[in-house]
Amino acid sequence: MNALSLKKGISRKSAYDLRSLYGDEIESHTLAVIVDNEAGVLARVIGLFSGRGYNIESLTVAEVDHEGHRSRITVVTIGTPAVIEQIKAQLGRLVPVHDVHDLTVEGPSVERELALIKVNGVGEKRVEAMRTADVFRATVVDSTLESFVFEITGAPEKIDAFVDLMRPLGVSEVARTGVAAITRGT
Amino acid sequence: MKTQMTGAQIVVQALKDQGVDTVFGYPGGAVLPIYDEIFQQNDIRHILVRHEQGATHAAEGYARSTGKPGVVLVTSGPGATNAVTGMTDALMDSIPMIVLTGQVPTFMIGNDAFQEADTVGITRPCTKHNWLVKETDALADTIHKAFHVAISGRPGPVLVDIPKDVQFANGTYVKPQKAAIGHYNPRVKGDIDKITELVELIEKAKRPIIYSGGGVINSGKAASMLLRDLAKSSNFPVTSTLMGLGAYPANGDNWLGMLGMHGTYEANMAMHDCDLMICIGARFDDRITGRVDAFSPKSKKAHIDIDPSSINKVIHVDIPIIGDVGHVMEDLLKIWKSRGRKIEKEAISKWWKKIEEWRAVDCLRFEQKGKTIRPQYALERLEALTKDHDRYITTEVGQHQMWAAQYLGFNDPHRFMTSGGLGTMGYGLPSSIGVQLAHRDSLVINIAGEASFQMNMQEMGTAIQYRLPVKQFILNNERLGMVRQWQELLHGERYSHSWSEALPDFVKLADAFGAKGILCKDPGDLDDAIMEMINYDGPVIFDCLVEKHENCFPMIPSGKAHNEMLLGEASTQNTIDATGAVMV
Repeated sequence: MNALSLKKGISRKSAYDLRSLYGDEIESHTLAVIVDNEAGVLARVIGLFSGRGYNIESLTVAEVDHEGHRSRITVVTIGTPAVIEQIKAQLGRLVPVHDVHDLTVEGPSVERELALIKVNGVGEKRVEAMRTADVFRATVVDSTLESFVFEITGAPEKIDAFVDLMRPLGVSEVARTGVAAITRGT
Repeated sequence: MKTQMTGAQIVVQALKDQGVDTVFGYPGGAVLPIYDEIFQQNDIRHILVRHEQGATHAAEGYARSTGKPGVVLVTSGPGATNAVTGMTDALMDSIPMIVLTGQVPTFMIGNDAFQEADTVGITRPCTKHNWLVKETDALADTIHKAFHVAISGRPGPVLVDIPKDVQFANGTYVKPQKAAIGHYNPRVKGDIDKITELVELIEKAKRPIIYSGGGVINSGKAASMLLRDLAKSSNFPVTSTLMGLGAYPANGDNWLGMLGMHGTYEANMAMHDCDLMICIGARFDDRITGRVDAFSPKSKKAHIDIDPSSINKVIHVDIPIIGDVGHVMEDLLKIWKSRGRKIEKEAISKWWKKIEEWRAVDCLRFEQKGKTIRPQYALERLEALTKDHDRYITTEVGQHQMWAAQYLGFNDPHRFMTSGGLGTMGYGLPSSIGVQLAHRDSLVINIAGEASFQMNMQEMGTAIQYRLPVKQFILNNERLGMVRQWQELLHGERYSHSWSEALPDFVKLADAFGAKGILCKDPGDLDDAIMEMINYDGPVIFDCLVEKHENCFPMIPSGKAHNEMLLGEASTQNTIDATGAVMV
């Protein structure tokens, strides 16, 4: 991520969006897209990204309003400010899309991801894995004599750090949900 | 009225209630129940085309010449895939179109059934929206919603995929007024603060230009009238994209001609040197801008568009106004007039003097000499002999299309139907059929090249069947002229596959279809031949043999700026550098 010289939207600190629309710096933005949960809606959103050459770093989707059949798609994307604006405008004009929130600009927001991590090991490595999990407040959701499955929730960076620490201790599989995000406050 | 009916009956009833009078289509296994219903009624006229692509372009011609949505009915699988080009074309040019496709029965979907294709999957990127209807009860709502989506906001094509069992089953019909059309409702009114900002710039502008596009035509006749009012009362010069021709009249005092790659010298120079550019319903397409970083460097730019994604997509603008161009221009004029309709009169008359200097270059000048017809001359004569008719023009794609835009004058909107964004060869003939169906007594001419014409020439059969006197005016240079021109400029005159060999005898071809064929190769015979074409009461294929190596000028070579136009047959070698060469 650093190689792309990522810069988050400045408005986390400022009341004004001071980004130059025509800067060429690559930024990462988290978008929450509220859509009608109808057939093919996810394909429409993903097709827009692939068809127009935009990037998807992470994507999560689930119905959040069962009565109104609304789903929330949280997508983390990268691009120059102009590209991010285009992405939002393009998403906004899809017929089943109700709202596009740029949480990076509208922020501050909370971003969380859940991961399940399988660690195989015995002896000292097994003890160390437990100790590390404790530090990260990961919980054990499955256990055999030679393996654990840890469940961890947190910001993506925290999960990255946990997986990195666990790797020498015998990580065999990682499953991640992708980011879910919501603005802070009312 | 009973509200329980079969799915097929619902389809026909919904079309009737939407005011549809004409459907372009082709039957097949998966739409037979709908065709059975069409057979048993007289309100909707079904036009049997010869190929589904023809149906879509005919619907586009119908839509673009009337302002009403075009309706297409085709079968599953190949019927739907053949309609893809026309839908993409309509999407690029913002043409409202409703495509109804048959589908294999719901219980067979996904089984690779006979004539099954994932129609909604295939057409998702080439429609504004599409639906697969799995229950007959949802059919009426969906069709009404489809019409709503197709015509609201920035218009475009939509598709409703209807499995055969849904057509047979009974369901409830609802009328358009009672249908659940959902939340889709793009705003039409522009932000008053932004409009006021633009008014302030209009009052101060010294070198203004209005750059209008197809959005003005799509907005409706009122928008064209408002554009004329704006131009007249401000005395601002007006140029237009290919799609916008006719919104401002070609015989109007402020008209500069079309802009862009093959636009006029005066239009492009004025775009380059202006200090205020008012873009109304156009989208800064690459044919318009040329080199983006050298595009109109000295101007403040305002952009009025109903589609937020058009704003700042290519060119950064200072005043974006999101809304319907008609509504926005109405507010704009109201505010500007209430403030005393001020303009920088002196500066603007100076600006017009500058424009007259550019105009004096006379960039479309040509000389007709010798025994071969020059294509410009053919169109100049066609213009002279047809301009007083109630005339509609369609075109195919290529050099002839650009010459038509340069040498024919359009004084009203909805009179010029051409494939702008997608550049679809084969568009013109079926489109002329759609236009003629909507305007039975008008003179409808398709300006064609011999190569484009062959792409959908099967539709001559449709013209004959429905007694549509469409005139096919083929500028026959036995070349893919625009390809050949680019090969000359870019590829060392290596004319790879850009000539038309084994051409049919177009007069005999006309004969074979039951149309009239006219061959003309002598400039001296041209007027008589054109009159013969106009006066013949029936379809005509006019084979006009023209100069084979004519190039289309003026031209902004790809990768160059507006003020780097090529005029005429100057040295054109090496005018496009490596960066320009990769562009199309």
